[in-house]
Amino acid sequence: MSTTTNTQKPVKELEAATVRFCGDSGDGMQLAGTQLTNTSALIGNDVATFPDFPAEIRAPRGTRAGVSGFQIRFASREIFTPGDSVDALVAMNPAALVTNISDLVDGGILIVNKDSFIEKEFKLAAIDANPLEDGSLSGYQLFEIEMTRLTRLAVEDTGLTGRDADRCRNFFAMGLVFWLYNRPLDPTLRFIESKFSSKPDVAEANRKALHAGYNYGETTEAFHSHFRVDKATLEPGRYRNMMGNQALAWGLVTAAKQSGCNLFYGTYPITPASDILHELSRHKSFGVRTFQAEDEIAAIAATIGASYTGAMAVTASSGPGIALKGEAMGLAVMTELPLIVVNVQRGGPSTGLPTKTEQADLFQAIFGRNGECPMPVIAASSPADCFDTAIEAWRIATQFMVPVMLLTDGYIANGSEPWRIPKVEDLPKFTVKYAQPPQNGDEFQAYSRDEYLARPWAIPGTPDLMHRIGGLEKQHITGNVSYDPENHQKMTDIRAQKVANVAQTIPAQEVNGVEKGKLLILSWGGTFGSCNTATNRLLEQGASVAHAHLRYLFPFPPNLGELLNRYEKVLVPELNMGQLRALIRSEFLIDAVGFNKVQGKPFAVSELVEKAENLLAN
Amino acid sequence: MSSDTSLPVLKPTDFASDQDVRWCPGCGDYSILAQMKKVLPTIGVPRENTVFVSGIGCSSRFPYYMNTYGIHSIHGRAPAVATGVKCARPDLFVWVITGDGDALSIGGNHLMHAIRRNLDINIVLFNNQIYGLTKGQYSPTSPLGKVTKSTPFGSVDNPVYPISVAIGCEATFVARSIDVHIKHLGNTLKRAAEHKGTAFVEVYQNCNVFNDGAFSYATERDTKADTVIEIEHGKPLIFGKNRDRGIRLNGMDPEVVELGKGISEDDLLFHDEKSPEPSLAYLLSRMRYPEFPDPIGVFRAVERPVYDERMDNQIAETIEKRGEGDLEKLFNSGDTWEVEAPV
Ligand code: SF4
Repeated sequence: MSTTTNTQKPVKELEAATVRFCGDSGDGMQLAGTQLTNTSALIGNDVATFPDFPAEIRAPRGTRAGVSGFQIRFASREIFTPGDSVDALVAMNPAALVTNISDLVDGGILIVNKDSFIEKEFKLAAIDANPLEDGSLSGYQLFEIEMTRLTRLAVEDTGLTGRDADRCRNFFAMGLVFWLYNRPLDPTLRFIESKFSSKPDVAEANRKALHAGYNYGETTEAFHSHFRVDKATLEPGRYRNMMGNQALAWGLVTAAKQSGCNLFYGTYPITPASDILHELSRHKSFGVRTFQAEDEIAAIAATIGASYTGAMAVTASSGPGIALKGEAMGLAVMTELPLIVVNVQRGGPSTGLPTKTEQADLFQAIFGRNGECPMPVIAASSPADCFDTAIEAWRIATQFMVPVMLLTDGYIANGSEPWRIPKVEDLPKFTVKYAQPPQNGDEFQAYSRDEYLARPWAIPGTPDLMHRIGGLEKQHITGNVSYDPENHQKMTDIRAQKVANVAQTIPAQEVNGVEKGKLLILSWGGTFGSCNTATNRLLEQGASVAHAHLRYLFPFPPNLGELLNRYEKVLVPELNMGQLRALIRSEFLIDAVGFNKVQGKPFAVSELVEKAENLLAN
Repeated sequence: MSSDTSLPVLKPTDFASDQDVRWCPGCGDYSILAQMKKVLPTIGVPRENTVFVSGIGCSSRFPYYMNTYGIHSIHGRAPAVATGVKCARPDLFVWVITGDGDALSIGGNHLMHAIRRNLDINIVLFNNQIYGLTKGQYSPTSPLGKVTKSTPFGSVDNPVYPISVAIGCEATFVARSIDVHIKHLGNTLKRAAEHKGTAFVEVYQNCNVFNDGAFSYATERDTKADTVIEIEHGKPLIFGKNRDRGIRLNGMDPEVVELGKGISEDDLLFHDEKSPEPSLAYLLSRMRYPEFPDPIGVFRAVERPVYDERMDNQIAETIEKRGEGDLEKLFNSGDTWEVEAPV
């Protein structure tokens, strides 16, 4: 597996480690993090990641606003979060150091690029004194390394100098961290090979910088020992590393294939959803049609048009774009066409915090349209879960002839975790049936109903099924325009009942923990990892606690009311100001307690444990 | 679009749906509907392969009256809905029916982008220079100073001209006709239907309830010969009851001239709808009553690649090169690793 692990220095065994690379947005920290992630996954660790991008594309160099970070946790057991705090921090400049140091554990490893700790950089980072000299870092294992100088030296004979040479510094940092945690260099060497195949000098320089970093750890006196994190005992099978947006895109491709529909994806670029478009636009061999529309409204309008013709129609955006799509979602509800609307949530309101995570669009998802306009709402819980949730969204959309809202968020969209590759024959398969011309000379009725109250999907090109649909109220059965008051009531009831019927086709809600007891932690969406880890910790301590994580938010699983009543207290942690809690309270008249924050960051496991312990104690 | 000649020849009535037409009596929309029903059988596309898409407004009720597939969508969005229909199913014959408010006000953005993409669809814009469905507010094509319910002191809003807009959006087919010039209208719709790419047709349409007579200069028997000029490819621009007047270029500007008195047909501007550059079409689109006769006919008809076809081709070419998508292969592409069962 490895060219470089025959090490001389002592190796300490660890169960898990959390590393964060941070630096200027031009320092290649995302790349460093991604390589460490892939390598760790390849050697069998369980991994969880948290990339943290600056809001600006290129904020002024060296400033705090320009700091980009990538955190990764790798472990020899199953893990669900990238960790509350960091065991090793690599800071490429003073701005990165001051904005990240508070997350480093006491006594943690701190690696800095000493060459960037100069007067000019302090000014850019808005700090008065050199933190390397003022004693503020005495509680950490500080390694001051002249990364700029050493990298330039390492790449000298490739001809790269100055700026170009400095661009290889992230590979030096990677090499050092790879040594520190005993990771093989092969996967990164392979990556360099393919990524820089057209620039052999750059490829060579990056290889040299990577080795230089590795050798620095091995040969200099600075490091006395390093660490090993063994393989995790994951469920047997073939694995790959998956990011949320990629998993979602693959889930859509899979659902299209499994249902026999062609995928049409209409969208408008928006952070953090654009990567779904980037991914899908590569899969033309699956017949995927991607349409980059002129705006958010056109994006959903086109998907409605595509859905009318029998395509698997999907649009995606983030909160602000979803707001623009509201009217068109109403049209999809009224025309009863299958559609998936994905919201990769970010910090709001308005433009808000585009690169930060939040789950504050739940009310928008359930209520954000004019009139009585119910749509099923489901949410993915982790990067890999985006795959299954996408397939489930299409199952619901086609079985019920209804647009479905699928919620993810910036945290799981950009985060990654190992994904056990499913066998194609084990994937859910569902046949989508288009309406066939009536045999016995009967008139086609566009708004007739099946047992779930779904209407027929009659697509252009089919003789004798010509029909017109639109946003005006429909007459029951015929689908003709109707302004009749009784009919409006009836159709409103049918649309509501149809969505309520979805509950008959979803699994009962399960819990992790005690079946009955003191405290239930109820969560949804991207907080699964933190809530699950917190629950496991509490269970290890013997607490009477359980965790229920909802995928189905509208309608709720049919057993949810009964389940909630089995616990004395219900805690609803959310990265919003209490939206699920409000729904739970109004639906089940339960005095659920909230734990809420909107700081653009996921929950720390420790704060959840603390909150739960408080509730358990009182 | 595909035509199937083996099908029984359809009659205009075969294209009528079972719904009662609900426009105001005397509305210009009736005439456009009648011409559409007359033209479609001559194109030869089966009804089930035809889709009418509309937005919101009086004209947008159109799809309900056609015995084809149809979507009465939301305000301004018909071109976007039609884009989805056509991209997902390039085999379908797609029409967009819209009005001046729908297409140029709330839906301006979609109109612009549908036209510049050059999807193989036909857009018919019923221009009545008023908001009819909302009962009489001025529209983006109402003339400056227009007194309406929302502009009791006269509109201070500069109008836009649909043909000029379409040409500015790189349209490959642009035409204008008039609701009551039924023969001309029928021919224009047919030309639009036969064009490959986005065909944009403006129809002067009388709203006899809220803006009666907006185009009477162009429709009245005794004035129309002097106020309207029929442009035809390769022919000089001549008009007038006695066909004794014409349009001549004076530098970059058109001017009205009397024929005879030393000016012959050869001195006039000759129409060229196939000109690769849209300058001539644009110049014609700027000619307006009362300084000029309003041109009707095909301003521009050029060939350019079609969006939905290109989209389709990319898919076909990729499949040819790499084979059809295979989930197993996709899932296992790139770096993967095996976790073995503990022994
Ligand atoms: S309001 Fe005007 S445009 Fe609308 S149907 Fe009546 S006459 Fe026609």
